[in-house]
Amino acid sequence: MNRVVEVSNLSKSFGRVVAVNQVSFSIEAGKIYGLLGRNGAGKTTIMRLITAQLFPTSGEVKVFGAHPYENSRVLSQICAVSDRQKYPNGYRVLDVLEQAAFFFPQWDQEYAFALVEAFRLPLSRLMKALSRGMLSAAGVIVGLASRAPLTIFDEPYLGLDAVARSIFYDRLLEDYAEHPRTVILSTHLIDEISRLLEHILVIDQGRLVLDEDAEALRGRAFTVVGPAARVDTFTAGKELLARSPLGGQVAATIMGNRNMEDRKQAEALGLSLAPVSLQQLLVHLTSEQSARKAVEVR
Amino acid sequence: MEYLIDENRPIFVQIAERIENDIIAGELPEEAQVPSTNQFASFYQINPATAGKGVNLLVDQGMLYKKRGLGMYVAPGARAKLLEKRREQFFEQYVMTMLREAEKLGITTEQVIEMVHRRVNVP
Repeated sequence: MNRVVEVSNLSKSFGRVVAVNQVSFSIEAGKIYGLLGRNGAGKTTIMRLITAQLFPTSGEVKVFGAHPYENSRVLSQICAVSDRQKYPNGYRVLDVLEQAAFFFPQWDQEYAFALVEAFRLPLSRLMKALSRGMLSAAGVIVGLASRAPLTIFDEPYLGLDAVARSIFYDRLLEDYAEHPRTVILSTHLIDEISRLLEHILVIDQGRLVLDEDAEALRGRAFTVVGPAARVDTFTAGKELLARSPLGGQVAATIMGNRNMEDRKQAEALGLSLAPVSLQQLLVHLTSEQSARKAVEVR
Repeated sequence: MEYLIDENRPIFVQIAERIENDIIAGELPEEAQVPSTNQFASFYQINPATAGKGVNLLVDQGMLYKKRGLGMYVAPGARAKLLEKRREQFFEQYVMTMLREAEKLGITTEQVIEMVHRRVNVP
């Protein structure tokens, strides 16, 4: 498989703060990845290391097989958009699109204008006069129309309203189908985008805690509910993610595939099993109360 | 269309089930063309690779076949095979589930049978 990004033992410290801690993963060509984690987990720092906006403290980043720093061959193939993007004074929406057209070899100007219309963006408005939602829309348009072989959206949808987010998801899937490329969506809002993702990376406190196919994760954990003593009998020897009591009842979340054996045991004990959503699973994996952290999921 | 997808189960399995249901219902007759992976992806707002995995599951089971350059089609005999498979699952999925619930509620198997007769005899 063709690897677009290879990160090995990557660390980044800011003074005494370790933002990224010994992270290794690779990104394969032509897939949509989710880089998920709580605020401050280190997602943006990893993005900025990949896009050569930061130097690593230790470890290595390779993008399209080369070091990205001051490498215009590599950098022209990456489009990274973020709400924090600063634009020069006096820049209008149109100027941003023209700059992007100049910078990205695969830029599609006609498509960009179609997107401007879909997101109802005023072309002659100054960037600094745009509302938060319009600023997000401008970023999304640049990201989509760049058709960059590696396109990174760092929480681009925070400012978008529900209608605009839905347009973004539709256009992303549509254009990705016609022009396959590698996409990384970074966010802490998992619910809305989980179905768009093929692969999921989860960062917590600077560490990589999960690197897994999205479909394999669905149905990977389940919750068992019933009287405390019987639930504890059931969970004995199993990987416990969370346990919350309610009166004499207990709800315990376990890693496992709800196989036939589990079903039979639960049935024998009179316990009910319920699936755990991706969002809930990630909350369990990245919350302080988690009984188990940074452990292999397999 | 997001409400059509259950986030708690593998999505590719659900896509395969949708296609199976359409074949059983006759909406996708034998030799009919199945929507493309990208059509599924945009309809359900899901990753195209996920949709493709669902389609391939049915190809592996011989329910669908690929016409080179044209797309996926319903295989001859697919409906009969699916009916057989679903009938086998019916016992565990519906009958056993119903009997377990009946037991919990103190309904005897005889009473359940009587209820089924009552329903059958309603014109």
